[in-house]
Amino acid sequence: MLPDTASRSTPLVGVLALQGAFNAHQIALESCGAETRQVRVRADLDGLDALVMPGGESTTMSRLLTTSGLFDPIAERISDGLAVFGTCAGMILLAGDVLDGRPDQRSFAAIDIAVRRNGYGRQVDSFEADIEVASLDGPVHAVFIRAPKVVSCGPSVTVLAEHDGVPVVAKSGRMFVASFHPELTPDHRLHSLFLQEV
Amino acid sequence: MSTVESSPERATGTYPVKRGLAEMMKGGVIMDVVNPEQAKIAEDAGACAVMALERVPADIRRDGGVARMSDPEMIDGIQAAVSIPVMAKVRIGHFVEAQILEALGVDFIDESEVLTPADEAHHIDKYQFTIPFVCGATNLGEALRRISEGACMIRSKGEAGTGNIVEAVRHLRSILGDIRKITQADSAELFEWAKRLQAPLSLVQEIAQTGALPVPLFCAGGIATPADAALAMQLGAEAVFVGSGIFKSDDPAPRAKAIVEATTHFRDAHILAKVSRGLGAPMTGIGMDDLTKFAERGW
Repeated sequence: MLPDTASRSTPLVGVLALQGAFNAHQIALESCGAETRQVRVRADLDGLDALVMPGGESTTMSRLLTTSGLFDPIAERISDGLAVFGTCAGMILLAGDVLDGRPDQRSFAAIDIAVRRNGYGRQVDSFEADIEVASLDGPVHAVFIRAPKVVSCGPSVTVLAEHDGVPVVAKSGRMFVASFHPELTPDHRLHSLFLQEV
Repeated sequence: MSTVESSPERATGTYPVKRGLAEMMKGGVIMDVVNPEQAKIAEDAGACAVMALERVPADIRRDGGVARMSDPEMIDGIQAAVSIPVMAKVRIGHFVEAQILEALGVDFIDESEVLTPADEAHHIDKYQFTIPFVCGATNLGEALRRISEGACMIRSKGEAGTGNIVEAVRHLRSILGDIRKITQADSAELFEWAKRLQAPLSLVQEIAQTGALPVPLFCAGGIATPADAALAMQLGAEAVFVGSGIFKSDDPAPRAKAIVEATTHFRDAHILAKVSRGLGAPMTGIGMDDLTKFAERGW
């Protein structure tokens, strides 16, 4: 028998491993004391305390969510209250409205934000910058790679950080999103912040 | 030539920003395409990026002559057709072709042995560019020399345009096998490894600590089936490039989708069996005898 969630001392965090920077998230989460599991098929969702949707190519992940049969079970777990952290492409997958996506692109519409895919431009425009995050002391160094740009947030959304006046970290209920890649830098405070929610 | 632009608010073209895009392509399939229609098929199939070029390697091999960077108009057309990252190839050492691709806003440059080399001694100084580079390697020494020149991603060279995976397997086994040996070496032996590999000692010492290349290692050259892609991944590649293998097969779209699924589910033989069914004939492929080996280009 697996121990139930309440009795386990460390949280078990799934990392969606269809495509993208899932390894880097596992390293970050494990350094914060979580156990991790790569999620590729439905059975990998069993017993998870939380889920991370990594950066990568959102259209690729959207397609693989359908072919792997993961889309509906993840949507169910989200509506049952699973905590999810989406970074870059992961934020696109959680967004309520995706602009400049493919017509067949699917998202979980789990947080009331509208995002524009590649909103900051192509790779020549990718950048790094320091940002201030609410409740964290000292700036977080953020790496933006062909990042999605938040174009609007609903009233249920709390913006935790902005860059140039644009929200780049936000939360709503059990959803936590960042348009950059906290998994690419050695500072894992955002992962810790997410794990506190779990 | 581009520069690393830096201000207190924002820095572009830095090494973490360039290497970051390589990290985002892990677990994915990068497909060679020669026109916007093929690029759309690749994106529909779930490619994480496309490589825009005028002829796939199988045709370059058949036609002979000098193979060069693609016409900017053709690259523009592919950039307009898809929203996923677009890569393009330059000749080894041809830094002006790279400057042109950067001006076009290409997302990643492949300094590729598939094109005819422009310089017999020097690869491009890749630190001079805002956009990241991938380079081929047949062994660990070559990989580390390319990384020391600023490459943000290494791929096996394999033997492009053959539909034959044997050379890519040789290159992956050579690179990863030597990494495994280096992790067992003592500190004195690392000097000998650096000398033998003709590679910077600092990179050899880093590998001894981490057990991995400092940049992502992808597989390229000869992938024609979903099983080939999964083989590369199980051997330790972190993503795959498919060149001629898709658009030289009988029915490209289903094969492209199957290779994407096989790359994600590379350890799941039941899924591999399912996606390998009914794909039609793969590209015919050719043996290694009497072949001009593209992999011998580059130094």
